[in-house]
Amino acid sequence: MSLRASNSPVLSIENLKVSFHIENQIIQALKGISFKLYKKEILALVGESGSGKSVTCFSILKLLPKYASFSGKITLNTQRASIENILSADENTLRHIRGNIVSMVFQEPSAVLNPLLTVGEQIVEAILAHQNISREEAKDKALEAMKNARIPEPERRFYQYPHELSGGLKQRVVIAIAIANKPDIILADEPTTALDVTVSAQILKLFKDLKENFGISLLLITHDLGVVAEIADRVVVIYKGEIVEEGDVFEIFDNPKHPYTKKLLESRPKISDIV
Amino acid sequence: MREIFRYIKKNKLAHLSFYILIILYILAIFADFISPYPYDKQHRDTPYHPPTQIHFFDEKGNFHLRPFVYGYKLVDPVFKIYKVDKTKKYPIYFFTEGEKHYLLGIFPTNKHLFGVKEGKIFLLGADNLGRDIFSRLLYGGRISLSIGLVGVLVSFSIGALIGGISGYFGGIIDNILMRLSEIVMSFPGFYLMLALRAVFPITLSSVQVYFLIVIILSFIGWAGLARVIRGMVLSIREQDFVLAAKSYGASSLRIITKHILPNTFSYLLIAATLAIPGYILGESALSLLGLGIQEPYASWGNMLSSARSISAMASYPWILAPGIAIFITILAFNLIGDALRDALDPKLRKNL
Repeated sequence: MSLRASNSPVLSIENLKVSFHIENQIIQALKGISFKLYKKEILALVGESGSGKSVTCFSILKLLPKYASFSGKITLNTQRASIENILSADENTLRHIRGNIVSMVFQEPSAVLNPLLTVGEQIVEAILAHQNISREEAKDKALEAMKNARIPEPERRFYQYPHELSGGLKQRVVIAIAIANKPDIILADEPTTALDVTVSAQILKLFKDLKENFGISLLLITHDLGVVAEIADRVVVIYKGEIVEEGDVFEIFDNPKHPYTKKLLESRPKISDIV
Repeated sequence: MREIFRYIKKNKLAHLSFYILIILYILAIFADFISPYPYDKQHRDTPYHPPTQIHFFDEKGNFHLRPFVYGYKLVDPVFKIYKVDKTKKYPIYFFTEGEKHYLLGIFPTNKHLFGVKEGKIFLLGADNLGRDIFSRLLYGGRISLSIGLVGVLVSFSIGALIGGISGYFGGIIDNILMRLSEIVMSFPGFYLMLALRAVFPITLSSVQVYFLIVIILSFIGWAGLARVIRGMVLSIREQDFVLAAKSYGASSLRIITKHILPNTFSYLLIAATLAIPGYILGESALSLLGLGIQEPYASWGNMLSSARSISAMASYPWILAPGIAIFITILAFNLIGDALRDALDPKLRKNL
């Protein structure tokens, strides 16, 4: 609670509704959700598949497909940028935000990296999209981002192609791209789902360090309560396009109020069940 | 790229074609050095001279280390019948001096790969003005072989970009661009080519004509490609890395040129290899009709135009040499294109 008191939200979502028109059918993906993300906070957005977690994430960068219609308000208010409503921003403003103020880490690192470009090239591209500097300077910044993403031997990795890297390293590259422009907010859409347990623990540690060292706010989307317990400060539980519960991570784990949250917690395998 | 060569090497015919093309291009690049005569050098006293044979043994059966040619004598000036004059022997010299030229366009020299000091050497015979067909074939190769590459480069750049824009943005832009390409495609190609050529003045310098031909052929060629690329872009743009590029703020043009189009590269390479023959044939067809490269400049097409009369073709069959050159080039490109398609595009592989 102290977090909220001392801080104003960097990102606040108010009554966000998103629906998709597919072949005369209207699918309501989000039925009016509201929550806030504070500075230097890790907020976990938890829910089952199809509950609207990813849609929320894409709405924040206005990366929704053309057949989507949406309403509501997403306000961005960080040190470097403040925008009244992202949903009504024009393309230039959006490009300025994307990757620069708010960047994104995706679920499947192998699919997110372009197989035809070297790792370094893709980080440099992200930097040059926002900073008017020479390629050499961009390369230095890319190497720095790679170091911050804890990529060993960044000088060598810089010239490698995605297929030459392991899954964990690829995800670190994706994170390096995300932090290359020193954003204020990172949206992580199930960043550890495709990774094995040990690697995923390292990645979570990395996120925690990024938050501490750079003051980044993280919106973490996941269905894995283990991940939530590990790093989240607060939790928002989303179910069928609606927020059913919101609170401190300890609050939710100790005292879940909504039946869906209770089920979610019960669904975790417990050692006591096995023994 | 190395992988592509490996695929070509696997297919024997394609491998052979690859070397044939390399030889042809080298011949064309060094045309002024390899050819014994300049392309416009006329020997009015020897029209339709038959190909000279190269001998190592003279009429007495003596072996000569230096090959030689016999002199030819015009016995019937009306029907251009020549007789070998065995009393005259002209030895062939290598790196001999001849007409001045600029090697690769830079180094002035008068050396030629081979030639005779007296008499004449026509490896593939001479045409109606007594010009050496072998020399003209090499010079003509410069135009005919390069027009395929330049034409494909231009039309594929246009086609890929238009297809990329069309597929990426969709909606109205897609509709307009695709209907436009359909309009271009719905004209019979050859008549469109002639009509476009008719728009421009008939007397242009050879350089202007060269680029005019490239532009005309590209104007016709981009449409089909744009449609295929559009289709591929429609599926590639749904890939996660495109979304990721968008999420870090890359501009649309950059996403198209840097992320989407490179992923169509293997198809582009195959299509380009298979499209080059079309451009060579297009140039030949225009030149054959006298609308392309003008005399005295040589192109395989305008050289063939002298073979249009059946009587000339029957009496002096060596004037068909440029036709054979076209045939070999096109076959080689097609064989390589086929091999590339088999290698790079497993979906199209023939299940035989």
